[in-house]
Amino acid sequence: MKQTKYLMNPGRLSRQDHTLKFTPVDEAGNEGQPRFLPVEQVSDLYVFGSLDANSALYNFLGKEGIAVHFFDYYEHYTGSFMPREYLLAGKMQVEQTKHYTFPKKRIVLARAFVEGAATNILRVLKYYDNRKTGSLADAIATIEQLMASIPLVPDVPTLMGIEGNIRQIYYRCFDAILGETFCLDGRSKRPPQNELNAMISLGNMLCYSACLGMIYHTQLNPTISYLHEPGARRYSLALDMAEIFKPILIDRLIFRMVNKRQLQPSDFRMEVEGCLMKESARKRFVQEFDASLKETIKHRSLGRSVSYKHLIKLECYKLQRHLLGIDAYKPFKAWW
Amino acid sequence: MTITGTYIKYYKVCFRKLWLFHHKIEMEHNSELVAEGSFIGEKSYPQRAERYREMLIDGSKIDFYDPYNKVVHEIKKSDKLEHSHVAQVQFYLYLLWKNGVKGATGLIEYPKLRQTQTVTLAEEDISQVENWVSEIERIVESEQCPGRIAKSRCRSCSYFEFCYAEEE
Repeated sequence: MKQTKYLMNPGRLSRQDHTLKFTPVDEAGNEGQPRFLPVEQVSDLYVFGSLDANSALYNFLGKEGIAVHFFDYYEHYTGSFMPREYLLAGKMQVEQTKHYTFPKKRIVLARAFVEGAATNILRVLKYYDNRKTGSLADAIATIEQLMASIPLVPDVPTLMGIEGNIRQIYYRCFDAILGETFCLDGRSKRPPQNELNAMISLGNMLCYSACLGMIYHTQLNPTISYLHEPGARRYSLALDMAEIFKPILIDRLIFRMVNKRQLQPSDFRMEVEGCLMKESARKRFVQEFDASLKETIKHRSLGRSVSYKHLIKLECYKLQRHLLGIDAYKPFKAWW
Repeated sequence: MTITGTYIKYYKVCFRKLWLFHHKIEMEHNSELVAEGSFIGEKSYPQRAERYREMLIDGSKIDFYDPYNKVVHEIKKSDKLEHSHVAQVQFYLYLLWKNGVKGATGLIEYPKLRQTQTVTLAEEDISQVENWVSEIERIVESEQCPGRIAKSRCRSCSYFEFCYAEEE
């Protein structure tokens, strides 16, 4: 079973024969005990610490189809090394483009992404509303109202506006869910201004990379998107898909970790540039995220157990079916 | 358009699989079942490579052809979809016949089952194969992807999740 590997510590990654060797290097430049990562067990790499590598390694990773995602000092996603596309289909590409260029086709998909995201947001809120005895009822009602207008929006910018409103109301609920330890005080990015924003930023980047990783294993082109504008620098289809999974994968993870006191104010550091998660906390957060990706649920239409990570891939399949005109795309909606 | 043995095989199993395959919508080949199948194909008869030939004929690849006895060998993991294997070999025999090799026969080998199955191409089979080819052309050139078949037959297909992942 192939797995995502996370490189949190600084060091050098190199090819040795037909496998990967990671040599930790400390601040003084001393090499530690090398660790071997059997190449056939690696699906992709997430690099947080500073990594030395040469082109021989990247050639090797490319041949093995292993993507590498990079995060900077502030835990922002900075980019990916993507191996050459290995599943290409002209038909798929053409259909994907058509659905972007025809506004009537595009808005259908864009609406579906927002609808999926909002439904999953409501699922999270309703769960905490139950536990906090109705304190989120107003927010839930407002989001439901906003959702009702989704099928009527004429264009993507209006839809983005509704999506923004839903998210604003949603983020306001964070303080009620989390109690007093952390407060959100409005969403701030690049850089995040406080602890909660730092968690959200890191989590969203992880979710985005997970989506990108799954898209890579299909014939979908990750740059052609529907809700977000296809960007030259960003794999914006992964942004579209991440909208659906963020509430379920990331926000619930944050609530769980904070409420169980796995993350404390002492896990963060304020710097001039913004708020940073300390390395040990970041490690825990990523570990928890990885564990939740591996968690499985019984899929209702397939009748088999699938992991959350695999759910993202199934989402790609459903999107492909829509693009090929097989059946209409219905976004993933958590039912538990 | 080049129709290969794989087209014939899929045509006999599921029209949708055929259509998707034609449009290069293929599933990731990381499944253990796929790996097992190709392992059996490659490793079952190690001594054969010297005497038999791999042959490319009208765009179709025959893995093992014995030119002395005019026998097409096809190795399969299980006989579960036997009718499609027979059709595939009949198609190879048809290609040979069209290219002037008369009286060739086929042998499907199931090393795991220790069984073989002989395949012939009679006069009346020829028009049937030609029918398959024109049917295949009609299906893959259609704008619309064909429908699914009965779910019970889909469970072990590599497209199962592609076809059946749905929301309620």
